[in-house]
Amino acid sequence: MVGDTNSANIDLRKVCMVFAKPSGEPLPVLADIDMAMRNGEILGLLGRSGSGKSTLLRIAGGLIKPTSGEVIYRGAPLTGPCEGIAVVFQTFALFPWLTVLENVEAGLDALALPREETRRRAQSAIDLIGLDGFQSAYPRELSGGMRQRVGFARAIVTRPVVLLMDEPFSALDVLTAETLRTDFMDLWIERELPTNSVLMVTHNVEEAVLMCDRVLILASNPGRIAAEIPVTLPRPRNRLEDEFRGIVDEIYSVLTARTVASIGALAQVHGGIVQPLPRASVNRMSGLVEKLAAPPYNGQAELATLASALALEVDDLFPIAEALHILEFAELKDGALKLTAAGGVFARGSTEERKRLFREHLLRFVPLAAHICRVLGEREGHSAPRMRFQIELEDHLTGPDAQGTLRSATAWGRYAELFAYDDKKRLFSAIRSAG
Amino acid sequence: MEHHAEVLRGGVWHQRAAGWRDLAAILLVLTIIILVGAGARQMVAPLVAGEQPEISLSPMALPAYALRTTLRMVAALVASLIFTFTYATLAAKSRRAELVLIPLLDVLQSVPVLGYLSFTVVFFVALFPGNVLGAELAAIFAIFTSQAWNMAFSFFQSLRTTPRDLDEASRSFRFSGWQRFWRLDVPFAMPGLIWNTMMSMSGGWFFVVASEAISVGDLHIALPGIGSYVARAIEEQNLVAVGWAILAMTITILIYDQLLFRPLVAWADKFRYEQTAAQAVPRSWVLDLFRRTKLVRGAAAPIGTMMQAAARARLSLPSYFRAGDDRVPSSRLLDVAWFGLILVGLAYTGWRLLQYAGTELSWADVADAFGNGGLTLLRVAILIVIATVIWVPIGVAVGLRPSLAEKVQPVAQFLAAFPANLLFPVVVYLIVRFDLPPKIWLSPLMILGTQWYILFNVIAGASAFPTDLREAAASFRIPGWRWWREVMLPGIFPYYVTGAITASGGAWNASIVSEAVSWGSTRINGSGLGAYIAQMTDAGDYPRIALGIAVMSLFVVSVNRLLWRPLYAFAERRTRLD
Repeated sequence: MVGDTNSANIDLRKVCMVFAKPSGEPLPVLADIDMAMRNGEILGLLGRSGSGKSTLLRIAGGLIKPTSGEVIYRGAPLTGPCEGIAVVFQTFALFPWLTVLENVEAGLDALALPREETRRRAQSAIDLIGLDGFQSAYPRELSGGMRQRVGFARAIVTRPVVLLMDEPFSALDVLTAETLRTDFMDLWIERELPTNSVLMVTHNVEEAVLMCDRVLILASNPGRIAAEIPVTLPRPRNRLEDEFRGIVDEIYSVLTARTVASIGALAQVHGGIVQPLPRASVNRMSGLVEKLAAPPYNGQAELATLASALALEVDDLFPIAEALHILEFAELKDGALKLTAAGGVFARGSTEERKRLFREHLLRFVPLAAHICRVLGEREGHSAPRMRFQIELEDHLTGPDAQGTLRSATAWGRYAELFAYDDKKRLFSAIRSAG
Repeated sequence: MEHHAEVLRGGVWHQRAAGWRDLAAILLVLTIIILVGAGARQMVAPLVAGEQPEISLSPMALPAYALRTTLRMVAALVASLIFTFTYATLAAKSRRAELVLIPLLDVLQSVPVLGYLSFTVVFFVALFPGNVLGAELAAIFAIFTSQAWNMAFSFFQSLRTTPRDLDEASRSFRFSGWQRFWRLDVPFAMPGLIWNTMMSMSGGWFFVVASEAISVGDLHIALPGIGSYVARAIEEQNLVAVGWAILAMTITILIYDQLLFRPLVAWADKFRYEQTAAQAVPRSWVLDLFRRTKLVRGAAAPIGTMMQAAARARLSLPSYFRAGDDRVPSSRLLDVAWFGLILVGLAYTGWRLLQYAGTELSWADVADAFGNGGLTLLRVAILIVIATVIWVPIGVAVGLRPSLAEKVQPVAQFLAAFPANLLFPVVVYLIVRFDLPPKIWLSPLMILGTQWYILFNVIAGASAFPTDLREAAASFRIPGWRWWREVMLPGIFPYYVTGAITASGGAWNASIVSEAVSWGSTRINGSGLGAYIAQMTDAGDYPRIALGIAVMSLFVVSVNRLLWRPLYAFAERRTRLD
């Protein structure tokens, strides 16, 4: 717990991670990550889904071996899971067939301790985390919050120097998550945990500011550290303070700047056809536009405000905002979302008017949609298999990205009545009236 | 017997292996069978299968016979479990082993067990000359083959679909291979494994009955058991004794189910991976008894503690058992060498097979076998259609009434587990009595035991049909025929396909004992591939038995690949909502 504050517990040096696409081509997920977990700090990793933050956490824990670069744990290279590092999982990862006590004791299996010592240590971890009385319960009898408490107890029972937490509260409802966060922070502030430093992956901006001493923001494709934001507010922190809000806004600004920059960059390549499209349904887009047009926002709102008002996390809110930005119904800038003139018309329009406007914008600003229409017009029978476009996209995008992009384009195109799609035959076809 | 573990579990059916692997594996299996058989044949002549006790037809002898039969079942179960744990683990943890083991398993699943019974009997009897142990082992082996492949497949599938977070947690806690096996692998696989074992049990009863009394050429074996009892009753044309045997079997199966499987299923409920509480928790009075009785619990506690300690021990297995680090692409050179070794092995076996077949068989034999195969195929197809027309409407009617389904479902499961070959003599007696044409009237025997799979799968499907969809259909007043076509049939289709796969696989197997039957000295031959194999077995004509098995395997594998798998994939795709 005490020690030289300058030394790092885990030090990642020039870490790169490359997966292989199904076609065998390399797919970089992490590029040149330099990251050190300092003594006594909680370090946050914040990023959109697909930024490789969970992969990074697993590399730090020795669960995945990086393609290149070094992981140093307390001065020696890390070659695999090792004593002193414990992981808390997003999905809790409890063994359903073991009771709470047995689950916690399982954390000690590798140490081959005497039976009484195992029981004693498990019992004290259970007491600390507030699970007393639940020892003989099976995980399925517990609520989500209690399950994650077991997850914490199981990690802490090994007396880890370093605790790695992979979105530990994101599978919980808002109230439960808040309780667990507070309890964890109380233990941390009171120094009751045996742990020296914590690495936490999250996509909840407020959570990061509330808990961390330092937040690293990851950019996507490939994942790299885009910014480092220190949080020096005294604990316990108050979400309503101006300084707190200031840091939250700052983080949103960084995130939007990254998003806008990457949209701009990819629109230039290959006629924009291969620009990845966010997964956002038309219903959600309409909902956000309506919300934005109505008071109190009147056409403009901070993302941080929207996120807490709509109870959406970064991963939920950003795809919708991004889609609106791409379609030019709204503009994403400096952590705020501002409705464009067309967005205002869309918000007021009837179903038919909305469809017409959406169709125009889709053809103008989403080159892939226009491309599909063009191909359908040129081909005999005015139809084309889905595979044709997927292969084209996969030349430039990863498999999941290509699929997601095509799925969004399909959903948007169907709504706009630009083209039809038959999922059974996996076939796009032109709609005669639209041609 | 074709059960296909993953289908029965309701999982996704992945195309596991390419076609050439099947062919290669068929080749391998056949060659091994033939070589073993050919080797053993030379030993048959001087061999007398020990002193065999006379089978008594007195009903008083039946309880003891039932016990002997049950013991064989238990022994086979233990052997299957050991096989499952080793074979499937090896296949799941080593990429190179998987390349060979899994296609092999796939084919073994499709080879008719009763077909190679003759080979295994001769082989085991030759292992223990003059001793009844050989014949016992052969019977146990027959049961083993009816369940081991399914169980191994189920276990293999579970090992490959271990939830990622539990896998990571296990690695992060640095479990040893042994600890991981008992902490994660086995518990996770348990529900599927028990379910598959239960499903295989019907095949087990069927084969234990068929394998207790068997004649290969001049070798006649009759092990004390219900199967031999029935065989003796047939010889003596004693219909009353057949009735006693049916009764004894019914009671045996019920007891076996109550004492072994109900408790197992109830106990295994805690291994369900889904974290939600189940609506209907399986119960067992035996298990409750064990859990509640202080005396029993006290006696069991030290055993439990010992087993816990054993599972906790950090035994280290050889490195290829360890998960996680062996799936990385390893050296190319070793891969090439391994592949080369497989090819050489295949080439050698292929050459041996051709050499052997060339001297013993002619093209006319092949044509004959294929002709008979066509006839059996026709029978299976017609029977499945008839069973479908009868059982689908009934199954739907029952499944939509939960209180009725609750009563009918156990009966259907019991009927599926009951060895239909015990009922054959009754039907055969009627055919002889009324002089019916055997080519037609022997056919229903094939599906007598396996049609119930269609029924209880359809009941399960109809019970699981979402209530809101039914209510929507009712509120739109969708009329009769369209209700069937647009609402109910698509809803139960995946379940139906699962049942039909099992039913048709079982029918092929049953054809070997049902296409040629006897009543006393009267022999009835319905012709077909099953009759062909049965005849050749009686004659001890090994090359033609092998030919028959090969052709039957080919038919079964082809029907699976060309009909059932595409249908299943279609059903999967059609009924998914996301």
